[in-house]
Parts: sequence; structure tokens; C-alpha cells
Amino acid sequence: MSTTAIELTDINKNFGSVCANKDVSLKVKSGTIHGIIGENGAGKSTLMSILYGFYQADSGEISVKENKTVIRSAHDAIAAGIGMVHQHFMLVDTFTVLENVVLGTETGFSLQESLQNSKLELQRLEQDYHLEVDINAVINTLPVGLQQRVEILKALYRGAEILILDEPTGVLTPQEADHLFRILGELREQGKTVILITHKLREIMAITDNVSVMRQGEMVAHRKTSETNREELAELMVGRKVLLQIEKAPAKPGKPMLTVEHLDFTDDSGVHRVKDVSFEVRSGEIVGIAGVSGNGQTELMEVITGIKSLQKGQLKLNDHTILPSVSADAAVMRKYGMVHVPEDRQRRGLVTSFSANENIILGYHKDPAYNQLIEMDKTAIMQYCKKQMEHFDVRPDNPQLRASLFSGGNQQKLIVARELQRDPKLLVIGQPTRGVDIGAIEFIHRQIIAMRDAGKAVLLVSVELDEILSLSDRILVMFDGQIMGEVLAKDANERALGLLMAGVRKEAA
Amino acid sequence: MWTDVLLILDATLRISVPFVLAAMGGIFAERSGVIDFGLEGKMLGGAFVAATVAHWTQSAWWGLLGAIGIGIIFSMMHGYASVSKRGNQVVSCVAINIFAMGLTVVLANAWFHMGGKTPQLPREARFMSIDLPFAEELRNFPIIGEIYYELISGHNALVYIAFIAVPFTAWVVFKSSFGLRLRATGENPLAVDTTGISVNKTRYQALILNGILGGMSGAYLSTAHLAFFVKDMSAGKGYIALAAMIVGKWRPYPAMFACLLFSFLFAIKDKPEIFDLLKGIFPVKLLNSFLDMSPYILTIIFLAGFVGRAVAPKAIGQPFSKEK
Amino acid sequence: MNENQANVLVVTLVTIINLLLAFFISGIVIWSLGEDPWFALETMLYGAFGYDEGLGYTLYYTTNFIFTGLAFAVGFHCGLFNIGAEGQAYIGGLGVGLICLWLEDWSLWIVFPLAVLTSIVAGGIWGAIPGYFKAKRGSHEVVTTIMFNFIASVIMVNLLSHVLRPPKEMSPESREFAEGVWIPQMHEIFNWFGLEITQTPLNGTFIFSILCLFLVWRLIWFTSWGYEMRTVGINESAAVYAGISVSRNIIIAMAVCGGLAGFVGINEIMGSSHRIMLNFQAGIGFTGIAVSLIGRNHPFGIMLAALLFGILYQGGAELSFEVQAIDRHLVVLIQGLVILFAGALENLFRPQVEQYVKQIVRR
Repeated sequence: MSTTAIELTDINKNFGSVCANKDVSLKVKSGTIHGIIGENGAGKSTLMSILYGFYQADSGEISVKENKTVIRSAHDAIAAGIGMVHQHFMLVDTFTVLENVVLGTETGFSLQESLQNSKLELQRLEQDYHLEVDINAVINTLPVGLQQRVEILKALYRGAEILILDEPTGVLTPQEADHLFRILGELREQGKTVILITHKLREIMAITDNVSVMRQGEMVAHRKTSETNREELAELMVGRKVLLQIEKAPAKPGKPMLTVEHLDFTDDSGVHRVKDVSFEVRSGEIVGIAGVSGNGQTELMEVITGIKSLQKGQLKLNDHTILPSVSADAAVMRKYGMVHVPEDRQRRGLVTSFSANENIILGYHKDPAYNQLIEMDKTAIMQYCKKQMEHFDVRPDNPQLRASLFSGGNQQKLIVARELQRDPKLLVIGQPTRGVDIGAIEFIHRQIIAMRDAGKAVLLVSVELDEILSLSDRILVMFDGQIMGEVLAKDANERALGLLMAGVRKEAA
Repeated sequence: MWTDVLLILDATLRISVPFVLAAMGGIFAERSGVIDFGLEGKMLGGAFVAATVAHWTQSAWWGLLGAIGIGIIFSMMHGYASVSKRGNQVVSCVAINIFAMGLTVVLANAWFHMGGKTPQLPREARFMSIDLPFAEELRNFPIIGEIYYELISGHNALVYIAFIAVPFTAWVVFKSSFGLRLRATGENPLAVDTTGISVNKTRYQALILNGILGGMSGAYLSTAHLAFFVKDMSAGKGYIALAAMIVGKWRPYPAMFACLLFSFLFAIKDKPEIFDLLKGIFPVKLLNSFLDMSPYILTIIFLAGFVGRAVAPKAIGQPFSKEK
Repeated sequence: MNENQANVLVVTLVTIINLLLAFFISGIVIWSLGEDPWFALETMLYGAFGYDEGLGYTLYYTTNFIFTGLAFAVGFHCGLFNIGAEGQAYIGGLGVGLICLWLEDWSLWIVFPLAVLTSIVAGGIWGAIPGYFKAKRGSHEVVTTIMFNFIASVIMVNLLSHVLRPPKEMSPESREFAEGVWIPQMHEIFNWFGLEITQTPLNGTFIFSILCLFLVWRLIWFTSWGYEMRTVGINESAAVYAGISVSRNIIIAMAVCGGLAGFVGINEIMGSSHRIMLNFQAGIGFTGIAVSLIGRNHPFGIMLAALLFGILYQGGAELSFEVQAIDRHLVVLIQGLVILFAGALENLFRPQVEQYVKQIVRR
């Protein structure tokens, strides 16, 4: 049973001038779970996309089951017995489970026939692998955990022998993740090969047989999981020793800066996103909101920051009261002393085709400091931008460069520079380090703590439990639009938070 | 009175044909995620080519084939620009519409020297009405017979084709394997790609169907409704069909009913009796101009979603690209 | 050569290639009609530049296209596709005409600013309503502005044939208004300085159009409002994040578009025909789309592109006069091709040109 399922030899891939994969080689044994670990942007996803035919490698070879294979499209990958569960699910929301599974494998003109034929096969798969899900349910009514099962079913239905999972636990609670791992274990028993891509050490240690480490587009090490440990892997990932804990002094909370009372929000399609949420954030403390993504944190943040209008409940920000009857947009909230580093920097935080110059004043473009009588004062803006770029170590420090040409970390620093320099009362910051390199993560974390120590109130929203645990003074956990519970950071542990994230209240547990 | 109602409904049917055909064409394109504001151009091009080919060959059917041809050419131009080259889909549509406006007149004048008109087609070169069996016999049978005679029988072939196109479209979109891919492509092209189907191929297939229907809608104007092509004869009908499709939420039957509603307005506009009836209430001049505007105003009102908000296919207007 | 200059070079080369492609295909059309494309080109150029009068007409058309080109560009920067300049020009012109008819005894110094204001208001309203539907109800502006073109057309036909037509006249147009409120024609203006040029419809509005180019340039790239508008146009969710009202910007941008398009009425009605006529705006609005796209939606580019289309219009008229087989609508066909190549297919040759320019830069 020790045949090779996948062998990659000297894979190279460049996007423009960015080198995503450099001379990457990898061997995966049949019937094992093989982990690939690396930081965001280390090139793991690119590598797997090449294996699945989504991108073409610039050079290098792929062998599947010891046969040299050319994979030009997903079609070829499927034919070679490779299935993939993408980080963002590749499902059509408005279709049923059955329709999603059948899509692309239909035969003949009539859909009904195809669906009928597939039904039995799908039900058999569900039983064999304990992947129960209602085949007639429409995808957008299913929780994410079940959607992920549909993705696995899709791959198995297409006869996948080799299953690639790209960051599969990002949207799951720790308990759901454990369940997924049991399923993967079962797949291994039945002789399937699983490739697990992740940046979480815990997962590698928990489930894999072998692990390969990637860093900056290169494969830096291969290990048997039983012969390595977290510390070694972490060091390999980052290339130097990492501090897993951030040093910070105890918080000195002052008076409440943000008070949220009975906030309720229903989105345009009628989904009740935020349900009767109340909490407060005091000056000089960091309140973290934990939760699996999609449980209402985004919407809560959008209402608090004035992006979505307040429908029900009340906000009090720095002694200003905001009620549903008074429209307060993001500009008003800024005036009241709030600054906001948004979750999605590419789509919200920046206008990527604007220069750094123009981005550094986004949201503050009416400030008299940048305006003359009629026209804007371009020299003043330029000088300000230059100063901020130096102060926050944004590289390259060219104010005229388009924002899209900066790396993820530098884009984030640009936003942080813009928002933190406003001497706010309250900082609202979402997913501060998503897709940011280690260096920038440390920098941004230190900035957040410095804000707290300067007596600002900080509301932090993150799906990274580690980040929440290491930065927050108090932790709120959101599930299904509600606050499930509040924990002091010093008393918190991953298991307890995990249960809350899954919607299990303390009393019940 | 009853006969008047039947006559108006009969006229409604006739007027609705280009709208219905174009709207069905629009459904195919937009369900696959390609915006189609270019129906107007396809209609205009189809009308010109149909009239010209019918004049040369003295056969309406060859004319229809020509119209389908130009419809497909235009939709392939749109496909090349917006699917293959990932250009802006709205710009591409407007380009095709304006191109069609210029091309038809330039060619009409070069070939026929009639100020942008094509020669009058004789009866044999037009789509003439077809009497269905037993229409005469049932004519005097109350209600059902009258409806059969006035409303159902006695239309030309394209009218029947248009109303067959509706269930056809509905079946293809919702009940066929191709339809599953089509809808998936419009909702989540990336998902389609990962199942091994080509997004672009699906979009091109949809655009071919779109071109066929768009061209046919034009042929109706010049070889069935009238017997010649005249400059700018589509007069916004392509856009109105598009609006009807949106009002119908990208579904064939609701879109057809929306088309019928618009056509009903055009029909009563041309009915002097109605005019006389309303004349007592409004000043004549005002009424006249208001009736002339009404289809356009109604289009705007419908689009503004006063009749329910529409949710477009999610990926509409986005060129499919794997690179970030 | 720095990055900015390289960019300008790429854009210029791409634009020229796209234009040549459009002309090439138009040449094929001419050739397939049995005419000589080179002769056609020669005739057009002679018609546009060959004699004083031709040049005057060329610049007179250019004036119109500057207005409608800007009317498209402002919307484009706000993420809007305004194809309603046609109707906006029509209604704006109605406003101008009514003011002139009403205040014809007043001095031009008073009537001109009032006419400008009226055309802004009238055209602006005609743009702002579709803008409102877009902003508040999400109706696509392409469909609504087209519908507003048709509505404008119906209104004007009815007004001109029933209300504004003098009782004993046959043609659907208003009476001519008094000479006092005519905008001085270019030959008169040149006369003030003792210069003699041929009389053409070219009038003072041309100078006003250049001023508009300048103002729009400053507005879009140098004011905080232009900044807001561009933010909305490129990234709506970033605009909301920044506290910029998307709907307000859309409505205002559409109103500005309408106002700019309305200035066509000043050139046509106050500057040339001196009465309100049927279809005075015909085709000018649509040409604006091509002008703006080929001019890369930048006032400087729009000026050049408007001149190009001025040449095509005047030259095309000459051509259709000389060559029976070729209709004036050839220009419309060229417009369609220009929009296709410069707008929808702008990426067709871009990668190759960028590659080429990169090589030059390296050297």
C-alpha cells in the first residue's frame, strides 16, 4: 500500500513579477492524510490550484498514481481522480444538493433523467461515508458544515481517489472541525488519499500522517507527523523563532465609550442577522468578538460603524446617542470619534486603483486640512501621506503608487495608518491580520495594544481564535446573530470558546 | 363591446411578438451571466436583413434565416468582446446597437436609394396569416369559437413560433441538462469551472440561442408586421423587451406576461374607440402625447420595481476570469 | 521615462490602434459598396479642412460633441453609463429656446447666463430623474435613459407641432427669436478684432465649450466632490465605508451630465438656428459616448475626440454629397465600431502594446 498517489516535481508559477511557487516538489503516499502547512501567501493554495487544473504551472511535472499527467483544467483533474474542496465553496446557492452534485456530469437532454440516475448513487455515498445531508435541500438554507459535506460528496461522486481540502476549518467551530477530521479518517480507512492544506498547527498534529511545510513559495521541509512537533513546524513556517504570546500589561478600563443596546438587524434578503445584541466597550480595553465567520459579526460591525443603518436598538458612542430614527452614516460616526479598519481591505478599506495619496484621505477627504476654498490641497495631502508612510513603515513609501501594487501587509498598514492617526475615542477593527505576513501581523498587533494603552476603546472582530485570545481583555462569542456569552480573556480557553461558538451555552454544557 | 375586447387582445398578441422573442433571447444570455442590452441592435439588424433577403429571394423564410444569421453575428461580436476578451458588457451592447443603427441605413441607402427604407415586399415574400383548421366553422360558436377564430387562428407563422418559444425556453432553462449549466454559469461561474465545464463555452452557446431569437424578433417587424424595413424601426422595442424580461424576473412565463402587458398598451393606443372614450376626460393633445409616451413611462415604472423587486443572476455582467 | 509617461504612451498607442481598426473596417464597408476608400478619405478630409467654411462647420459640430462627450464622461467617472445625452440635450435645448422666446428683448449679457442656467436645470432634471431611479430603486440607467430619450422626443414633437408652432406655419418649429439674444457668430467675433473669416454656424459657444472642458477637468480631479464621485464609480462599498453617500453622488452626477448635454441647446438654438427645431439634437448624444470613450473619458482626450468626430460629421456630409452610394449614417456606423474597439475591446491589443512600451522603457 505504499504507492505514490501524487508526485509534483519542480513546479514553478509566477503571477506577473510575483513568484507564487518556486521549484516545489512533493510526494504524497496513497491512503494517507498529508498536511501542507504554511503562512498565508506561502503558495499552498496556488500549488493545489495547479494540481486541480485551475492554474497552469510555468514549468514542472505532475504525476498521478505514478503516471505522468498533464492537467489543463478541472476536467482533467477529475478524470485523473482528483477532487477538491475549496476554501470558498464552489456551490450554486440557489440549487439543491442533488443539482449541485450532478452539475457537470449530466447525460442526455433531460435534466430529470440525470437527477433520477444520480439519486441512488448519491444516497449510497452518503451512507458509505456517513455524510448524511438532505439531497433536496437548497444550498443557501444549509449551515456551512453541511455545505462542506456537499463539496466532499461532489468530489466522491466524481470518483475522486485523491481529495484536496483547502483550509477546510476556517468556517467551522473547533467541534465541527473535529467531526470533519473523523470523516477524513474514515476516508483514509477506505483507501482514499487526503491532502489537507492549513495554516493551523493543531490540525496538522491532530490528523495528518505526513506534513510538508511551505514558506514564501518554496517547499522547505517534509516530515512524518509523528516525528515532529509544533515548535519545529512553527519555526519552519516562519523561518525564525516565533513568539506565540504577545506581551501586554493588564488593562485599565475607564468609562464606557461604546454602548450597544438591543441591536437587531435584518438584511436585504430578509435574513435576521443580528439578534438583540447588547454590550459595551470601555476606554482602555480591548473587547474581542469571536465566532465562526458568518454568524452576524460582519453585520454587527457594519451597523456600529454606520455602513448599514441602524434598524432597531440604540448605540451610544462617546456620549452621542444614535437611534434608528436618526440616520448616522459612516461620516457621522467618524465625527463622533470612531475609526474603523474594515474586514475586507480590498473591497472596503481601499480604492485599489487610487494612489496611496488618495487612499490616505478616504473618509477624511472633507477635512479642511486637505481642502482649499474650492479645490483640494494636493501638496498637503502628499506631505501627509509621505509622513504616515514613514511612520507606519509602509513600503515602498511612494505616495503616488496605486494601492493595488502594495503587498497585503503594506495595504493593511496603509489603512491602519489612516485610521489610527485620527486620535479616535473608539477603534473598530475587523480581521486585522487576514492575509497579512508575519512581520506585519506583529506590527499591527502592537499598534492595537498601543491604542488600548493610550486609553482608547478597541472593538476587535476576528475569526482567528488565537488572535482573539492573545489581544483581548474581554471576549464575546457570537453565534447565529446572538452573543452566546462573555468570558474574561484570562479565564478563556479554546474548548470553552469553541462550545460557545457552536451555540452551546455554558449552563447547558 | 365583446368584439372590441377580442380585437384589442388580438392586436396585443400581434404587437407582442417581437417583445416575446427578444425577451426569450434575453433570458438565455442573462441567465448565463451575460448582460444583453444589445437586443435592440439585433432586432434592428434582423429587421433589415430579413426585409432585404426576402426582397431578393422573394421568400420570407429565407429572410428569416438571414435575420437569424445577423442575430448570431451580433451576439458573437458581443461574446467575443465580453466573454473572450472580458470587456465591459454594457459598452459592447451599446456599441452593437449604434453599429446596427448606422449599418442598416448605410446599406439600405446604398442598395435601394429609398432614404433608409427597403422596397415593399409582395404578399408572397411576407409571413401571411394562417387559418387554423375549423376556424371558419367555429366562428359563430359563442365565446370559445369566437376566441378561437379571432385570437388563436389567423396569425402568421412567427406569432406561433414566438408563443412556442416560451415553453421551449422554459423547458430548456429549467428542465434540461443544458439549462442546469446555464443557470449555474450565471449564478456561480467559478463553481461551474471547478466541475470541469467550460464557462465560456456555455456562455457562447447561450449567446447563439440569444442571437437566433433576437434576429427573429427583427424579422417579424419587417416581414410580418410591416412589409419593409425602415430606418430605426425597432424604436426602443429591444430595450422594452429587456425591461419585460427583468420585470418577469428572468423567467419565461412571467416575462411573456410582461411583454403582453406592454403590448396591450400599444394596442389600446392605436384604438380610436378608447381614444374617444378618454377624450371626454382629458384634453386631446395631452392625451395624445401621453398615450405615445405610456409604454416608455411604464417601462421605467416597472423597472423601478414598483411591481416587485427583481433579483438578477448573481454573476451577471462579470466576465469570467481565473486570475485574481 | 517614468511610469506615468509610459502609461500615457500605452494609452495613446492603444487608442490609435483601436481607431485605425475602426477606420479599417469602415473602409471595408465602403469598399464593399463599390467605392474607393481612399477617395472617400480624401473627400472627407477636404470637406472638413479643405476650405474655410468646411473648417467652420467642423468646429461647430465639435462644440456639440464636447458637450455630449463630457456628459458621458462625468457619469462614467461615477460608474454610470449615461446614454441619455440625446434626450437631455433635447430638453435642455427646449429650456434655452423658451428663455430666448420669453426674454428676447433683453440684453444678451443677461439672457446668456439665464439660458445657461435654464439648460442646466432642464437637462439636469432630465438626467437626475433616471439618476434617482438608479440610486434609489436600482433601475439600470441604460434602459431608463433610453426611455427618457423617447419620452423627450414625444414631448418635443407634440410641443412643436401643437403649442410652439406659429399658427400659420406648416413646419413643426417655433418662431425665430429676436436678433438681440443670438450668440455672436465666430466671424462677428473675429470682426471685432478686425479679422475676416467666412460666415459659418460656428459661434461663441465654442469658447464656452472649451471653458467647460477645463471646469470638468478641475472638478473631477481636483475637488473633494470629484474625489467622492470617482470613489463611488470605482468602489461603491469603499464609498459607503468612507461615509460618502452613493445615491446623492449618483443623482448629482446624472444631473451634471444632463446639464452638460443641455448646452448643446445653446450651440444649436441660441447660436445657430435661433428657433426651437425638431430633432436638432439627432445623433449628437450618441456620438458623445464614442467621443468620451475614445478620449479615455478625460477632457483633453474628449477635446481631440470631439474634433475627430467633428471632422467625420462634416467630412461625411461632404462625402455623401459627392458619392451617392454613401450615406451620412456611415458616421454612426463608425461610432459603433469606435465604441466597440475603444470601449469594449480596449484589452485587445493592450498586452502587446504594454510589452512593447516596457521594452522601450528598459532601453
